[in-house]
Amino acid sequence: MAEGLVLASFLEAAVRLGVPLALAGLGETLSERAGVINIGLEGSIIAGALGGALGALATGSAAAGVVYGAAAGLLVAAVFALFVVVLNTDQIITGTAVTLGGLGFTAVVYQARFGVTGTALTLPTLEAWALPGLVDLPWIGPAFFGQAPTAYFAYLLAPLLWWFLFRTEWGLEVRAAGEDPDAAAAAGVRVRTLRFVTTIVAGALAGVAGAHLALAHTGTFSEGMSAGKGFIAIAVVVLGRWNPLGVLLAALLFGAASALQFALQTLGLDIGYQLFLAFPYVLTLAALAGWVGRARAPAALALPWPRGEH
Amino acid sequence: MTARWLPAASALLALALTLALAAVALALGGYPPIEAFGALVRGALGSPSAILSITLVRTVPLLLTGLAVALAFRAGVWNIGAEGQFYAGAVAAVWMGLQVGGWPVWIAVPSVLLAASVAGAAWAAIPALMKLRLGVGEVITTLLLNFVAIDLSAWLVHGPLQEPRGVFPQSESIAEVAQLPLLIPGTRLHVGFALALVLAVVLAFVMRSTRAGFFVRAVGASPDAARVAGRVRVARVVGAAFLVSGALAGLAGGVEVAGVTYALYEDLSPGHGYTAIAVALLAGLHPIGVVGTAFLFGVLEGGASSMQRIAGVPAAWVNGIQALVILSVLVVDRVVRHGWVAGGRDG
Repeated sequence: MAEGLVLASFLEAAVRLGVPLALAGLGETLSERAGVINIGLEGSIIAGALGGALGALATGSAAAGVVYGAAAGLLVAAVFALFVVVLNTDQIITGTAVTLGGLGFTAVVYQARFGVTGTALTLPTLEAWALPGLVDLPWIGPAFFGQAPTAYFAYLLAPLLWWFLFRTEWGLEVRAAGEDPDAAAAAGVRVRTLRFVTTIVAGALAGVAGAHLALAHTGTFSEGMSAGKGFIAIAVVVLGRWNPLGVLLAALLFGAASALQFALQTLGLDIGYQLFLAFPYVLTLAALAGWVGRARAPAALALPWPRGEH
Repeated sequence: MTARWLPAASALLALALTLALAAVALALGGYPPIEAFGALVRGALGSPSAILSITLVRTVPLLLTGLAVALAFRAGVWNIGAEGQFYAGAVAAVWMGLQVGGWPVWIAVPSVLLAASVAGAAWAAIPALMKLRLGVGEVITTLLLNFVAIDLSAWLVHGPLQEPRGVFPQSESIAEVAQLPLLIPGTRLHVGFALALVLAVVLAFVMRSTRAGFFVRAVGASPDAARVAGRVRVARVVGAAFLVSGALAGLAGGVEVAGVTYALYEDLSPGHGYTAIAVALLAGLHPIGVVGTAFLFGVLEGGASSMQRIAGVPAAWVNGIQALVILSVLVVDRVVRHGWVAGGRDG
């Protein structure tokens, strides 16, 4: 019985922790398909978390907080897109700067608003929606169908994005921009516009992921609470082979890896929680090492375009 | 042919842009920019003891990690992992520093610093091997390893390396013979500062005047051209640059432990390895330039607490400045190469 409860709460935590990785990873899939790798995703996530927290606080509504979070994530990504798409700067360096700036300035705003020590901030939280019927399924019911609305958004987004990328004209253009921008441009595709738009859409999704961290997990904001999820999300895109359905699956697996620490602690296995904290990162590294050779990135990923201007 | 003064002029321009943006950001936040900058500069440079015991001491880890990043980026290696390599070096330095009690200083100190460098290189060897053997890009791997290193050090100071009483989350202090001698008695400035300066000069010489330095620059400029035209063994150069970069960042961690903290703590680094990226880029990846930009960031960090005390500006603000510096460098670089300076593009 006790084990059963542990397993149920483990599965629930796995999905809850996997959702922000899925949302950020799906957005990143879209922009990487267009040729843009955004190391600044972490910056969008933390901005989304703070935006979500402040928005929820101001309006008293967690749902409105999610909208604020999306806007914050989008704004941060717009700065990134302005540099890499319009000014054609290096994507890695720009993304690193955007992540540092996101972490730094969210800490400033937080400290300015709530003090250095951080008064315990209690926010309205996203209430779980139990889907009638489905939530009663054994094991997976409560785990998948008793979640915050952001989770259902992720479930729907994955097939929708798959359909967009592989079954629509625009999706074809996005993929062309990421594979061979010269040929795409010659065929009339507006490569820069596509790259800009997909990048800021990805930023908005990362913002929702951040808002989920603040409003569905904890009901609070803390400095640096994104804790590398943006980087893991980028790895998740690789593991999902740039396919939205694969990315959703990989994100849930990594959510499970993060949830493992809580389950093992509940079972009384105490080998130092810091080691469990390191586990998702180690697992990501191991997965990249074992997997990457079998996945092919979009050919023009991370390359500035037009080339001559770099 | 780029004019010799261009890198320095670009850096100054980027700096001016950063200051302007920072002033705007401060004003938007409701803080008077002049007063805030004044408090920062007075806090960092207002007295000899502020300069020697605060600002220059803060400069040392930034200088060493800045050199680490500059070398890697020069070779086209995106080592964003100086932070993790710093922690690896700090852990090794503490471990070695606890073994050397009773040894002569002239063996104990080099042993500690060597252990730190080796540990930093070993930590960098993981992403280097993943890149060269498995084709996994180093950006994400080095970033992820930072989190692993930080979590592992946190575990160590709560577990195997915790001080004997088991009360505080920190290690025991390293042996006295392992602690770096002071450079100027009566201050906190240790010989690590001199060591870092010497290494900057050595690295500048190696990059400019040796075969190895030429290879690094050639590979960084274009791996394919270096392979075809120069018969350079690219993988070897990339691997070596990665390891030396890791060793420098590890040394930074070792010097911080042996010269400042004498023990391992959680959150030992306030993000030196990330600041190092701004330090290196603002310096145009030039080792001598890194001395100047590391000092500049030493001023920023050294003065941050007094800015917080006097002008009420959160100290975390300094972290945001790093981002503004990098973005400013990118803008200036773009303008210099494509616009306002005729013939500025160095083909």
